[in-house]
Amino acid sequence: MALLEVNNIHTYYGNIHALKGVSLKVEEGEIVCLIGGNGAGKTTTLRTISGALRPREGNIVFMGEDLAKYKPHQIVQKGIAMVPEGRRIFARMTVMENLEMGAYIRKDKQKVAEDLEWVFELLPRLKERRRQVGGTLSGGEQQMLATARALMARPRLLLMDEPSMGLAPVLVEAIFDTIVKINKEGTTILLVEQNALMALSVANRGYVLETGNIVMEDTGEALKKNPRVQKAYLGME
Amino acid sequence: MFRTWRQKITLTDILVWVIGLSIAAVVIWGTISTLQSGKYSAESWFDLVVKGLALGGVYALIAMGYTLVYGILRMINFAHSEVFMSGPFTAVFLANALNNSGFLNRYPLLGILAVAVLSMAVSMSVAVLVERVAYRPLRNAPRLVPLITAIGASFFLQYTFRGFYGSGFEAYPTIEALNGAWQLGTVRLFKTQVVVILAAIVMMFMLYAIVMWSKLGKAMRAVSEDKEAAALMGIDVDGIIVFTFALGGAAAGAGGVLYILQFPVVHFYMGFIPGLKAFTSAVLGGIGNVPGAFLGAMVLGLLESVGPNLFLDGLGIPVASQLKDAIAFIILVFILIFRPSGILGERLTQTKV
Repeated sequence: MALLEVNNIHTYYGNIHALKGVSLKVEEGEIVCLIGGNGAGKTTTLRTISGALRPREGNIVFMGEDLAKYKPHQIVQKGIAMVPEGRRIFARMTVMENLEMGAYIRKDKQKVAEDLEWVFELLPRLKERRRQVGGTLSGGEQQMLATARALMARPRLLLMDEPSMGLAPVLVEAIFDTIVKINKEGTTILLVEQNALMALSVANRGYVLETGNIVMEDTGEALKKNPRVQKAYLGME
Repeated sequence: MFRTWRQKITLTDILVWVIGLSIAAVVIWGTISTLQSGKYSAESWFDLVVKGLALGGVYALIAMGYTLVYGILRMINFAHSEVFMSGPFTAVFLANALNNSGFLNRYPLLGILAVAVLSMAVSMSVAVLVERVAYRPLRNAPRLVPLITAIGASFFLQYTFRGFYGSGFEAYPTIEALNGAWQLGTVRLFKTQVVVILAAIVMMFMLYAIVMWSKLGKAMRAVSEDKEAAALMGIDVDGIIVFTFALGGAAAGAGGVLYILQFPVVHFYMGFIPGLKAFTSAVLGGIGNVPGAFLGAMVLGLLESVGPNLFLDGLGIPVASQLKDAIAFIILVFILIFRPSGILGERLTQTKV
């Protein structure tokens, strides 16, 4: 049984039919990426999994349990954390407070303190800035904070929405290095990216989303070599 | 205001400055002539300042309800004056019962605490109930809609409590232990006012500590910044909103007890003026800002108590203290013209640009 199974979901924004039957699977320990153009429904897919949007049809099964009956904050308790698009850190709270919010659902203070050390080891810049207010961080640091904040929930599955958006190329590499590191330490990742080349390079498997439908599914390497993907998403002729 | 300096100065700006300056001139002139006339001694000024701070303490506690709810929902809870009224209006019956049995004068501290606990509990329940019935079903409605239900809830509560307790005035018993004043040299300190100021400061500090340092307080701040991101942290947004209303309601109930220590008469309409003043304090200090609400309330309390005598007495205006509300609100209007975000509020216009 897969860790996460999304079965034929249809999600609407008002009358706009945004997802037209998306199905995907994420196995324990994988990095799975979701690529596609603007408005293809990548973010919508993640927001539906996290419970911010409700599918009108289809269901989402996480660890054998249908998520339909849970509210967004309960889905986090089930073990799904998200790094939202545009980072959405709490700009007026300090880095430490942001991380504490990430660990909001956890009661074991001892383990939280250990994970804080682990996160600081993973992203040492945050340790230097831990007393600073989130809004004063640079874009890359904010992305690191958003990632660290989600990790503080110790999720089974981490959803990442455009982690490289708006970052300088050096930082993009740093972020993808972090993604691989997090995954090696045992967190399953579902990644949504505009930067298809980077995403496919780190992913075990990938899905291509076009106007609300999954049009392709393969391993990361195979998708990278697929001529249609190369033409549409990797900018190669 | 300073931006318009560099861009272009319109006729309205000039008019505003002229009116502002002439009010400032009247205030300065009035102050100088009052002080020159020597009609009031240093001791009576001291009395007025203490009175103003005691008044400010009450406004500060009520203002917390406005400012916390605004911070979370970006909405003015106009039913908050009735949240404030419900506590002391209910607790008066307990206070009288305690007084008749002689308990209140034998154990004044316990008695006041019991009254305060009841008042806070009632105000808190009313606040939570209002949120549940009048605001939560409209969470995603246009912003004007909950404003209308707020006013509706306000009237509903006024007349419900009138139905419960009647439209008459109920008097709180006097507490002998708080009668009179302490004499410190030439300065006189009324016991009630000292108790009110100290209690208000302690409670404001507790509220500040809850908001800044407790887990729930941090979650409140997270929800006030970004509800969807807060939900992604596993924070129960609706639960936090209920907690916010409960906290603001309890503060209003406590403020109600401090209010009746100074003005020991309650009736179903008693919430309106203190509620309006507390709302003013919250705006004056920068709405959504906890220390701002405290500062705004103290400034308003002082303006109200010291203002009339200081600014107007020297100009030969009879019974200047009757103009206290006029003074308080005129100065409010001008502070807001020159600093629309309040004393401690963020300069929204600048950060948005």
